[in-house]
Amino acid sequence: KTPRPHYQEGRQDATETSSARATSFVPGIPLYRLHSFPLLPLHLKTLSNSAVATSGFRRQSTVTSARFTLNSDVYKLHEGTTGASLGSGPPLEGEITREEMTGMYSLMAAIRELETKAGDLYLEKIIRGFLHRCNGQEASIVGLESALTPGDELITAYRCHGYTHTRGVSVKEIMAELAGKATGCSKGKGGSMHLYGPHYYGGNGIVGAQVPLGAGIAFTNKYNETGKICVTLYGDGAANQGQVFEAYNMAALWKLPCLFVCENNLYGMGTSSTRSSACPEYYTRGHYIPGIWVDGQNVLAVRTATQWCADYIRAGNGPLVMEQFTYRYYGHSMSDPGKSYRSATEVKGVRETRDPLKKCEELALELNLMTSDEIKAIKKDAAKTAEEAVEFAHSSPHPPPADLYAHIWWSRTK
Amino acid sequence: MTEMILREAVTKALREALEDDRVFIMGEDIGAYGGAYAVTRGFLDEFGPERIMDTPISESVIVGAGVGSALAGLRPIVELMTINFSLVAIDQIVNHAAKLRYMSDGQFSVPLVIRTVTGGGGQLAATHSQSFENWYASVPGLKVAVPATPYDALGLFRAAMKDDNPILFAEHSLLYGMRGEVPDEWYEIPFGQADIKRKGNDVTIVAYSRMTHVALQAAAMLEEKGRQAEVIDLRTLRPWDKETVLESVRKTNRVVVVEETWKTGGFSGEIASTIQEEAFDDLDGPVARVGGLDVPAPYNGTLEAAAIPNSERIIKALSDNYGI
Repeated sequence: KTPRPHYQEGRQDATETSSARATSFVPGIPLYRLHSFPLLPLHLKTLSNSAVATSGFRRQSTVTSARFTLNSDVYKLHEGTTGASLGSGPPLEGEITREEMTGMYSLMAAIRELETKAGDLYLEKIIRGFLHRCNGQEASIVGLESALTPGDELITAYRCHGYTHTRGVSVKEIMAELAGKATGCSKGKGGSMHLYGPHYYGGNGIVGAQVPLGAGIAFTNKYNETGKICVTLYGDGAANQGQVFEAYNMAALWKLPCLFVCENNLYGMGTSSTRSSACPEYYTRGHYIPGIWVDGQNVLAVRTATQWCADYIRAGNGPLVMEQFTYRYYGHSMSDPGKSYRSATEVKGVRETRDPLKKCEELALELNLMTSDEIKAIKKDAAKTAEEAVEFAHSSPHPPPADLYAHIWWSRTK
Repeated sequence: MTEMILREAVTKALREALEDDRVFIMGEDIGAYGGAYAVTRGFLDEFGPERIMDTPISESVIVGAGVGSALAGLRPIVELMTINFSLVAIDQIVNHAAKLRYMSDGQFSVPLVIRTVTGGGGQLAATHSQSFENWYASVPGLKVAVPATPYDALGLFRAAMKDDNPILFAEHSLLYGMRGEVPDEWYEIPFGQADIKRKGNDVTIVAYSRMTHVALQAAAMLEEKGRQAEVIDLRTLRPWDKETVLESVRKTNRVVVVEETWKTGGFSGEIASTIQEEAFDDLDGPVARVGGLDVPAPYNGTLEAAAIPNSERIIKALSDNYGI
């Protein structure tokens, strides 16, 4: 039997640290190639290019880039039997620039505000039907996205507003779509669960059905030799769908460039992961597919893990299964208060000790990449953007009646 | 008589069913969560986790294990959260539940009730707003119930639990709050018996599920124009009550069939075809059909409403076909 290739060749070994700490800026070559953030909203470019704050106090000044070290407990590995050995897995050290950190934090803040304001619009009955919000999962979303390159593909389930924005759809267009207006990204035809964008295939309402789709998207990329990967997301509830296992098998067999990502927020609607799953270690559910568990509330950990996984897959090793260990603050949807199946103490506990935005702020301040004034300004900006999006949604027109029949079919003549 | 809403009628029916030890319920979020539509609220505490089983999100095995459990002697009630998700389990429903008795020449029965929620109009968008009971009604070996009132829901469910055949029991998502009177004494409604919800001599409106109520609205509008409509609620699609429909058509000579699902391939075609085959000479004009427009359900509320039959379209269909 030929031995499985060892993926760690050429990669540095992770070093153990007893606690997460920021190392001071060391100019020079980064530890490994870091992908630049694919999409930096325009207003943030201004922010990140602004002069580094100077004052008499060292704490007030920011650096343009910093090295970071993560706790060893941010990852867990499942070796599997296909593809390549994981070795020691993603590194615990990395480098992050001020621009990257600011960009990630801004996106997280934007998502937080979008979701919060969307809830208000729902209570006003401007948004109807289903609304599944992702407050609490921002680091998983943004950390993952920040590690992808332009052209990488992504598909997810119905808790999709965050990814829709990171994939490049404006908060305005999302809010308008949620309100069913003609200016929405699906022209009012799709709604909350059916948001799409370039290299972004939704937004899917049928639990688990997006996973075979993701395998297919990965297949196209392999067939066309694009060098791109498809990130295929699903939740802990969906992880028990048969079609997920069919997708695993095909992806492993045909070495599809698919990164399966289980967003484990501990509950599938009202059923906890331990009540639905004989094996709630979702990163091991790919069985023969190697898997990585990551602390989904730490944006740097998610980013680093995703970069490593993407590199692994791009090298032609076939799929991986990543589990993002995260949490949703709100209930399953607006009709679910989220209280009948979990305790208020638990929710409060996560908000206080594992809030992804707070964690990101702490990291940014500790690494001297941002100041607290900048953080405040970003939050204010995000609130303003969401507010403007709400006004846009209110004032936008409904789709015209003829749109009822638009785009059922492709047609040669149209 | 007791007044109750449709949800309460189904809850009552389930409680009665659970008096038989061979009955258990399984489905997604039916226990701890109380049911996605609150039908089984309190059941977990009342009946315990051995009989009220929260399942993973695995429709194929929910139905498949339901079939297996029924084959081996229990009388399961399985829930598919909506009929949209039944597509994930359609093989188990159509190829297994419906056919095992036939293929074994009667050696096995599948006394399985599949409860599900059907219909749209709640702005849940294309994949969450469908009504497939007509598809299942095409399958020999399956029975399909589509109650529109609390009285019908309770009566039909009682009959379903006594039936050793696999039954799809489709409750409409927007009808759970529908009020109605239910007798305190025991009653049952056999499958294949339609209900004349409103008597009339001028025109027959055949409908089922939520469209029964839309038909009744149309009947009220027709009455203002001096026309008396007879509204027939089919209550079950397989078997369906052909005789009641034909008898009415022979009396009124004008008929419109109303259905929420897409007109193309809808069960209304089956009904219209049967009427013209067996009561051709009694018709003053072609059988009218009003169905859902042939579009995926859009999210936007105005567009969505335009795609679902309403009383105006029923009136227009009658005017177009019969000049009334």
